[in-house]
Amino acid sequence: MNKHVSILVIGGGPAGLAAGVSAYKAGIKDVLIIERDVRLGGILNQCIHNGFGLHTFKEELTGPEYAARYISQVEELGVPYRLATIVTDLQLSDDGHTKIVTTMDEQGGLTVYEADAVILAMGCRERARGALNIPGERPAGIYTAGTAQYFVNLEGRMPGREVVILGSGDIGLIMARRMTLEGAHVKLVAELQPYSGGLKRNIVQCLDDYGIPLMLSHTVVKIHGDKRLTGVTIAEVDDKLSPIPGSEKFYECDTLLLSCGLLPENELSGQLGVNLSPVTFGAVVNESLETSVPGVFSCGNVLHVHDLVDYVSEEATAAGKHAAEYIQSGIVESAEGGSDEKVTRVITDGGVRYSVPSLLRADHMADLTTIRFRVGAVYKDVDVVTYADGRELARLHKRVMAPGEMEQLILRKSDLISEGVPSEYRITIENKAGQ
Amino acid sequence: MEHKELICINCPMGCMLSVDIDDNGEMTVTGNNCPRGDVYARKELTNPTRIVTSIVKVTNGELPVVSVKTKEDIPKDKIDAIIDELKDISVEAPVLIGETILKDVAGTGVDVIATKNIGRV
Ligand SMILES: Cc1cc2nc3c(=O)[nH]c(=O)nc-3n(C[C@H](O)[C@H](O)[C@H](O)COP(=O)(O)OP(=O)(O)OC[C@H]3O[C@@H](n4cnc5c(N)ncnc54)[C@H](O)[C@@H]3O)c2cc1C
Ligand code: SF4
Repeated sequence: MNKHVSILVIGGGPAGLAAGVSAYKAGIKDVLIIERDVRLGGILNQCIHNGFGLHTFKEELTGPEYAARYISQVEELGVPYRLATIVTDLQLSDDGHTKIVTTMDEQGGLTVYEADAVILAMGCRERARGALNIPGERPAGIYTAGTAQYFVNLEGRMPGREVVILGSGDIGLIMARRMTLEGAHVKLVAELQPYSGGLKRNIVQCLDDYGIPLMLSHTVVKIHGDKRLTGVTIAEVDDKLSPIPGSEKFYECDTLLLSCGLLPENELSGQLGVNLSPVTFGAVVNESLETSVPGVFSCGNVLHVHDLVDYVSEEATAAGKHAAEYIQSGIVESAEGGSDEKVTRVITDGGVRYSVPSLLRADHMADLTTIRFRVGAVYKDVDVVTYADGRELARLHKRVMAPGEMEQLILRKSDLISEGVPSEYRITIENKAGQ
Repeated sequence: MEHKELICINCPMGCMLSVDIDDNGEMTVTGNNCPRGDVYARKELTNPTRIVTSIVKVTNGELPVVSVKTKEDIPKDKIDAIIDELKDISVEAPVLIGETILKDVAGTGVDVIATKNIGRV
């Protein structure tokens, strides 16, 4: 017999926890959070450094402490959850209304749930393949930075002593400091791009504090060692990112950490037929964080990669609330707007790579909608400008914008629709140097 | 007159701060988006401090280590001494989040506390 639940949340990381709590508080008690790990908290369990929660709690917490705040809300409210249980399959019923969720627990026991709404909160995983564009066998000693973080912070094991890090994503920067403190010698961080993928504060606190060089426009061109890594060859790259002949230099090391970005974990969303963005690899969502499949919502890193867990919680709280409204309204509408409803598409250009949400249904919008986006390059002294069908809505001066930092703007509904519902809401960057 | 550039690490905005120091040592901070940037710049140039996070060994716990932090920020030049003291100790599970793991670490007057619950097995 299949079990029925109103809202099923896939993933018990910060996104899933906040979504579950929010849906529960909005009146849907029949929520269930499914987490494949043996504990709640997601990736935060291994992020033992501080810097979480400044926005939400006005104090600087470590990852596990931040997670604990939400876990205790889940416990106190009695929001139901299952641990050590993985969602293996996600389908729609024949009538398209019910989401059929198959889970497997540690003993291999299968349970099939029939859910009215599903919140996707599966997080992301690290880009491993493709990060190292070098053919051939891989000796031992090459890890993603997140795997090393797990070894060091949850198991107390060091992956190696002489370390080179490829990619300047935040996890790599954090691990440069962590491994240095644990007695390893981190020789350098090489970054293919001419800018860092991580937050500035992490470059200061994790590299500069320890004298670890950040080599921009550099990459690994050769891996040395048969069984165990013995070193890497690093070369400078030109503006087309191709290695410059003659710039190669050998560095002896027993460990290479890869920190080349994160990818939303959307295999399940794909099974369900959720439309995915070719830019973020997360779902295409509307103002209610609802995907192209009605009653399926997405939030956190599975939607788009966040650098700040505070925003993950904020977004997930909104997703939980919208999922509860979906259940309470009892009306099944198309997430892309009813046939007679005018939908505004959010267009991004001029250096803005994507936005979340990317569809706005005016009828469903609250007074204020948060729009998050990222830029594709580093910009200095520019204006972020928004237009509704060509009419300028807002202009915001920015001293610096960088791909590593998520931007957000708050859209006032009354501004958007003051001259009727536009078909297009555009976010762009103007006044780039010299223009 | 001296000029220094630094990046505020108090929040992920990472504001670029410019500090002008006149001949009397008076500092003028610009580039900060909030007052904390001003405070940070002054402190970073006179007495830089950091919160230290690390792990401590646990016996009979569901995990072999527990994550910890200094309860307050400590002088930057004490980081190594703190990490060394933490390597030498171990605690018995269960460990509760917020529990004091080590008092007055490395003579800083600051305690080290657990940042995670570790159940006993
Ligand atoms: C290795 C790594 C390290 C990171 N380190 C930092 C950091 O130091 N600082 C920082 O600010 N941010 C860090 N991040 C970003 C961080 O992921 C976000 O800040 C935040 O944790 C995202 O929350 P989330 O709930 O969306 O995802 P997660 O925390 O990843 O949680 C997703 C959860 O879903 C579960 N799950 C996935 N698929 C299934 C399934 N099929 N069935 C059941 N459960 C499932 C996972 O087990 C996981 O618990 C890191 C990310 C990664 C991948
Ligand atoms: S000055 Fe304020 S806003 Fe800017 S980084 Fe520092 S704390 Fe953040």
